This record gives sequence, structure tokens and C-alpha cells, in this order.
Amino acid sequence: MATDETANETILLRGARVIDPSQGLDAPGAVLIQGERIVASGPIGTVSVPDGVRVIDLPAGWVVAPGFVDLHAHLREPGFEAKETIQTGAQAAARGGFTTLCCMPNTQPVIDSRATIEYVLHVAHGAPARVRPIAAISKGEAGRELSEMGELAEAGAVAFSDDGRPVQSSHLMRSALSYAAPLGLPVVEHCQDDDLVGDGVMHEGQIATMLGLKGWPAAGETITLARDLELVRLTGARYHAAHLSVAGAVDLVRAAKRDGLPVTAEVTPHHLLLTDAWVAGERTGPLAEALAIMTGEPLATGVRYDTNTKVNPPLRTAEDCAALLDGLLDGTIDVIATDHAPHTIVDKDCEYGEAAFGISGLETALGALLTLVHTGKLPLATLIATLSHRPAQAWGLDAGALRPGALADITIFDPDEWWTVEPAQFASRGKNTPLTGLRLRGRVRQTWLGGRQVYEAQ
Amino acid sequence: MSTRITHGARMEYHCSFCGKTQDQVKRLIAGPNSVYICNECVALCSEIITEEENFRETGKRSGGAMAAQEQAGGRVSSAVAVATDERSSVESLSAMKKRSLLRRHIIDLDDWSPTELRALLDRAAVMREALADPTKRFDTLRGRVMVNLFYENSTRTRVSFELAGKRMGADVTNVTASASSVTKGESLHDTVATLQALGASVIVVRSSQSGAPDMIARYINGAVLNAGDGWRGHPTQALLDLFTMERHIGSVAGKRIVILGDILHSRVARSNIWALTAMGAEVILCAPPTLLPYETVALYTARPTPETSAPRKVTIEPHIERALEGADVVMALRLQRERQQAGLLPSLREYTLRYGLTPERLALAKSNALVMHPGPMNEGVEIDPAVAHGAASVIEEQVTNGVAIRMAALELIAGALVAQEGR
Repeated sequence: MATDETANETILLRGARVIDPSQGLDAPGAVLIQGERIVASGPIGTVSVPDGVRVIDLPAGWVVAPGFVDLHAHLREPGFEAKETIQTGAQAAARGGFTTLCCMPNTQPVIDSRATIEYVLHVAHGAPARVRPIAAISKGEAGRELSEMGELAEAGAVAFSDDGRPVQSSHLMRSALSYAAPLGLPVVEHCQDDDLVGDGVMHEGQIATMLGLKGWPAAGETITLARDLELVRLTGARYHAAHLSVAGAVDLVRAAKRDGLPVTAEVTPHHLLLTDAWVAGERTGPLAEALAIMTGEPLATGVRYDTNTKVNPPLRTAEDCAALLDGLLDGTIDVIATDHAPHTIVDKDCEYGEAAFGISGLETALGALLTLVHTGKLPLATLIATLSHRPAQAWGLDAGALRPGALADITIFDPDEWWTVEPAQFASRGKNTPLTGLRLRGRVRQTWLGGRQVYEAQ
Repeated sequence: MSTRITHGARMEYHCSFCGKTQDQVKRLIAGPNSVYICNECVALCSEIITEEENFRETGKRSGGAMAAQEQAGGRVSSAVAVATDERSSVESLSAMKKRSLLRRHIIDLDDWSPTELRALLDRAAVMREALADPTKRFDTLRGRVMVNLFYENSTRTRVSFELAGKRMGADVTNVTASASSVTKGESLHDTVATLQALGASVIVVRSSQSGAPDMIARYINGAVLNAGDGWRGHPTQALLDLFTMERHIGSVAGKRIVILGDILHSRVARSNIWALTAMGAEVILCAPPTLLPYETVALYTARPTPETSAPRKVTIEPHIERALEGADVVMALRLQRERQQAGLLPSLREYTLRYGLTPERLALAKSNALVMHPGPMNEGVEIDPAVAHGAASVIEEQVTNGVAIRMAALELIAGALVAQEGR
């Protein structure tokens, strides 16, 4: 990834607040990069400055953090390049401060063969983010036969998932867990009981009743999660629960961890921050509350049936948001992942019931999540840990740290810069976000990948 | 635009603002080009002007609306354009809205105040009388194209809107799913753009998709009238139900109104609950638990009536006998056969046994209780034929009243269209 000129260049980033949860570092500091790796990092003054080093002095108010690691992104290629390509997705990642993207296999063809994995890795070559494919659990994500997991692991898969088409068969899930265990890779489940959820399009609750939309009940998630946790108990295999959205799911994972099961879990920014009331244009929940505090005025009402609020699992209640944040704070939830799900305008410019599920999330994640930091609900170091070190640890990825020897994947952001969400400016082809027009505080200034700057804000 | 109807040899003149006739107001003043204004609207206008001047004094407002107002000079007809400039005159707009003078779209009734409902019902009463004379035509919508865009089959509602539109002077055309490009996969957005390009300024939409009217409202310059969307709303049905009730039992305030049947899948029930509770009625929902929407009572109690902030009274009573006891109105809903296949009901037979509206059960209600049904009925399933056609039934009258309500609804949005265009 590094070019010849930069291959052995030595660069010192200094002056900003350096936060590296992998070594408990949070201080005005410096990071010394040589070639594609970090050779030293620590509080300013503890890092010696060798001769010939290129020094980059950063404002003291900025934050230097490990490049963010997204365990859940849909890059749509191959098959749905109108929604996103691996290159545009990686550019969106760079703009959002993400340097590693684990991409879901619900492409066309599905990532269920060595050929598709190699194709993805080939296309991702030279992209401004590392792309790590997740392979399908079952052939074609059809939920019937296991994919060739051994070969897929060898080819470079970092996990297995039938995301988008969750595994309904308990037997198949048991087999997947057992078979994947010796490969050392986690099985990732989008917890959804299809039979119960049916064609539900939003959270089953008051708002769905008011809007006359088919509900997606909370139990649709907890039933599948509870089943999976029992299968983990049976097989001892590593399991990762994708995008938890309901309070009950947090409780289940908390209990499973207490029992010592090898389980990790993620939450998305939108499930942490937005509620089902957004579907009715009523902006409630943590993001709205935080922005009201930060700006001193309530958030303007949105439109009803905004299809950009349609996501799977759906936006839930304020109580669920609170439970998810509690889970994040007490370590029940390990990771924040975007579930970046870009779609074309045509996929979303239709009736709510007909619209595609998904939110384009890479470029708004940091700004949206920082509202929790600015209002004192989430320590900045915890936010950074859940975006970098913890996801890397959960799946054993070489990423998410600023320690000597780590890859020089670095995100530098100004936590106080206000900016407006303008999807037209997104690098992602997916302009589908419910945050259009909102002012957020906190913006990525620079993104470094393997010792090379791949993005700098204008 | 003035609205006139021929009334024997004598001309009837209508206020161009609120639509009332010279007989309904103290004074009706004529302006240039056949516009009229009544004393009530003059009072309202001066209230708006005073309000705006207060704003100007406190320096809270930008100059745009002021300039427009000065330009308008003393001509009464321009006052509408000034008062309703959406961006610059929000305060005045809300004042107008409170008086039900403006509503460009009628999509749902959740945000309707009792005052607005009353104003529309009053206008519907006028329309109901006008309907008695088949030669009477209003020219409220003259020169406007109204499209009935129906993505679902419906005879009753489509014909009702068509007749109402014609009575109000519109050029009415019907687009049905089977006869249009929608079956070829054209998006709603494109269909609406096409209709607009063809001159449509009023779109009456019926869709199986909740929220379809909201979507159209975001795209068009004209007006949208919801003729039923998914499970969500059917505002003109609820208004005609309310109208029909009032004609028989007077005010619905404090009355016990039972909605019986498949409430989960019913847009009629949802809109009726908004309208009836806003007018102070106590609504009792009676259905098998599988056909009741989730958190219904919590939903309505969390959303008090606009303007008055009065709490909405909605309760659930799954036992039909208890629900019907002392009822003033019983509204039975259609039960679709699919509910049995979807695992929501054991059988239609059991439904009829437990929830069918029979003469014996109806006897539990008040002696003068009304029986209503939005149609089409499954006689012998949710309603016994003896009840459907019995003395208490006002089901056919509902249909007639539907035309009057839709005329009043069209008149209401026409007012907003005129205001928007600054005519």
C-alpha cells in the first residue's frame, strides 16, 4: 500500500491528544511512524525525535486515535455497484475515519467461494481502507448447506455470516458454529426470527400502530439470539451478535458473558441514537436530546415515512437506546459497527413498505456518536475503544492500536468542529441517511493508512 | 375564486375565503373580479395584520411579508396571499389553520382540532342540502383537474370522490392500478410527476401502502386527499362517520362508541379514533386480541387533542357483551378471510360466534343506538343481515353523507390552493 517514496519515511505526528485504548494512553502525545508501522507512541516528550524525521504538528484540540475498524459494512460489490463499489465504500470509510472494513457477503454472487473472496481482495487493492471480507455461512446465503468454510478461511475470510438472510435453521447454526470453531473465526448472526418478523418494516410499537406499518417485534431478535447463545453453550464456538437493537438482547448477552461464553456483540450508531419515532418525523432519543442540549434549541421535526429511517433491525424505543448505551458502557457490547448499507435513490424513493432497508453510515458515524461524548454520556476513550481496539480484538485483526509495531492506521479528528450532513457530498454512493441537514460536532481531519495519508478534510 | 350556485332565480354568493353564503354571515362585501369577503373574514384579516404589526414592532420578523403586504395595497383579495405565504407568515398561517381556513392536504386526522372538525362538518351540512338538488353545481374547483389515483379496488369511495369532485366543478379523471403504468412498475413518484405534468392539481389517492399520500404531498404543488392508505388512515370515511352520527345523536361528546372487529388492519378505525376522541367521544375497541394493534391505548393517550389538549378516551374491551353495554354507536368493521389463513383467527365461524353483531347483542346497547359499517360488508360474518338492514342501521346513509363530506373536504383544500397561488 505504501509507495516507494513513503516506504521508509519517518513521520512524527505530535501536539494533539493521543488516545490509544490498547495501551491505556490518553494524553497530549506523539506518534512516530516509520514506513507502514508505528515505531513509538506516548505522551509528548517520551517519544524521541530522530534525525531527518518529518514532523507534523497538530492542534492541541485535535484527537489522534487508532484508525477505526468497522466489523459490519455492506460494500455491495460484486453485483450491486449502483449502490456502492469497494472503492467508493473505502473512500467513504476514509472520510469517516475508518481504516478497516469487514464487508458482508450478501453480494451477487454471494461471497461464498475462494473466487469471490479473491475478487474482493483484488478490487480492494490500493483502496484507501483495508477491506476484509466476511464469508457466507451457507452456500448462496440460502440457509441450507454450509459454505466451504475451511477454504474461505484460508482465502482470507475474517468471519462467517449470512447477514441479510439470517440463519433460520437451528441445526444449520449449530453445524456452522461447530465447523467454524477450529478455524478460529467467529460466526456472526443477524438475529431475526423470520417467521415472527414476517414482512415487518419498523419497530412494533405505538408509532407503527399510528403509521399503520407492519411491526417488527423485539422478540423477533431475542428469540434468535437466545437460541444462538444456547448453541454456543453447546458447541463452545466463537459467536458475534450483529447490531443489537433491543434491551432484551443486551440482557441476554450480558448473562452469556457472565457464564463465560465466547460471545461478542455490536451496536450501530443509529440504534444507539435514534428511535422509531423518527419514522413519524418525531425526533426523539439520545441524538435529538444531545443536539438540543448542544445547540440550545430542539431539533426540527422531520417528515413522516422518511424511508431513510427504514433499517433492519428497525429503530427502536428510547428505552432500548438507553439499554444499548448501558451495555456499551459496562462492556456487554464490545463494538460499535456501522452496518453501512448504501442504496440508490430508486431503492429509497418509494412507499415506506416498499423501500430497501439500510442506512449509509460510514461518513456520519463519528459526528453522530460524539454527541454522546459532548453531553457526558460516553467517555471519549470508550468511544474510541469501541470503534478501534475492541473490534480488532474481537476478531483478532491486525488493527486498532497505536502501539509500537502496529500498522500505522490512524484517524485524526477535531471533536469540536461543527459541520452539516450533506449526502450529496458523501463519497459513498449511498446518500440514504436520516441525518440529512443536521449539524453535528466533530469531524475527521485526516486519515492515515499504513503510514500514508489517504484523506484530509478541506 | 368565488363560489356561486344557482338557487332558483336568486344568486347565492359565497365568501371567497371561508365559503359561507350571504345567508350565513352578517355581511358579504363584493370586490373586483367576483371576489367576496364576509364580515367574519374581515375580522380575521385585521387580526392577522395586527399580529404581524406586533411582530414588526418586536423586530422578530424579516421584511419579506411586510413588503408583500404593502404592495397589496388596499385590495382585499391580496390579503390571502399575504396572510398565507408559508415561509414568511407562519404565525398568520397557524391562525388561519386554527379556523380551518387552510389545509392543502387531507392525509390523516391526528392533528385536527375540534374547531377544524366542526368547521368541516358544518360545511358538509351545507353540501348535504345542496345535494338534494341534482342540478346544483359549485365552481370551487372549476378549471382544476382532479385525479382519483386508485391503487386498490374500490367502488364506493372512488365513485363518491368522483361525484363530489364533479359537484365542485373539477375535471375529474380516474386512474386505476389495472389500467395504468403502475402495473408496469412505474414508481409512485414518476406517476405523480406525470399526472402533474398533465395538469392535475388535486390528487385523491388510495393505496395499499401506508404513507403513500405523505410521499405524494412531498412532491406535488397541488393538493393530496387520502382516500385510504394501507392500515393507516381514511380521513373522509371517519369524517362522514362522525357527520352521520351527529345527525342522529347530536354531539358525540361523552358518547360511547364501539368499534368492533379487525382494528389491526383497519385504516377506518384509526382515523375514526382520532376524529371521535377529538370531539370528546369515548371509544371502545372490541376485537380478538390478535386483531388489536400493539400499544393502542398508550398511543392515543400519549397524543392529546390539538388545541384543547384534552386527553383522548380510548379503551379496549375484548368481551363483546361488556363492550356493547350502553353503547350509543356500534361500528362493525369488515373481516377479511385472509386473517384466518394468516393464523390470526381460528375460523370465520368462531369469529361470528364470538364477535358477530347480532340482534341479541345489539339489544345490550342503548335503545336508540346506531349501527354503522364502512362497507363493503360480509353479511353473516361480522354483521348479521337483520342488523345490517335493521332499524338502527345507518349504513346506506353513510354512503350518501360521504359525497357531502368529500365536497366539503375538496372545498377546504381548494381554499388552500387558491391561497398558495396567491389568486
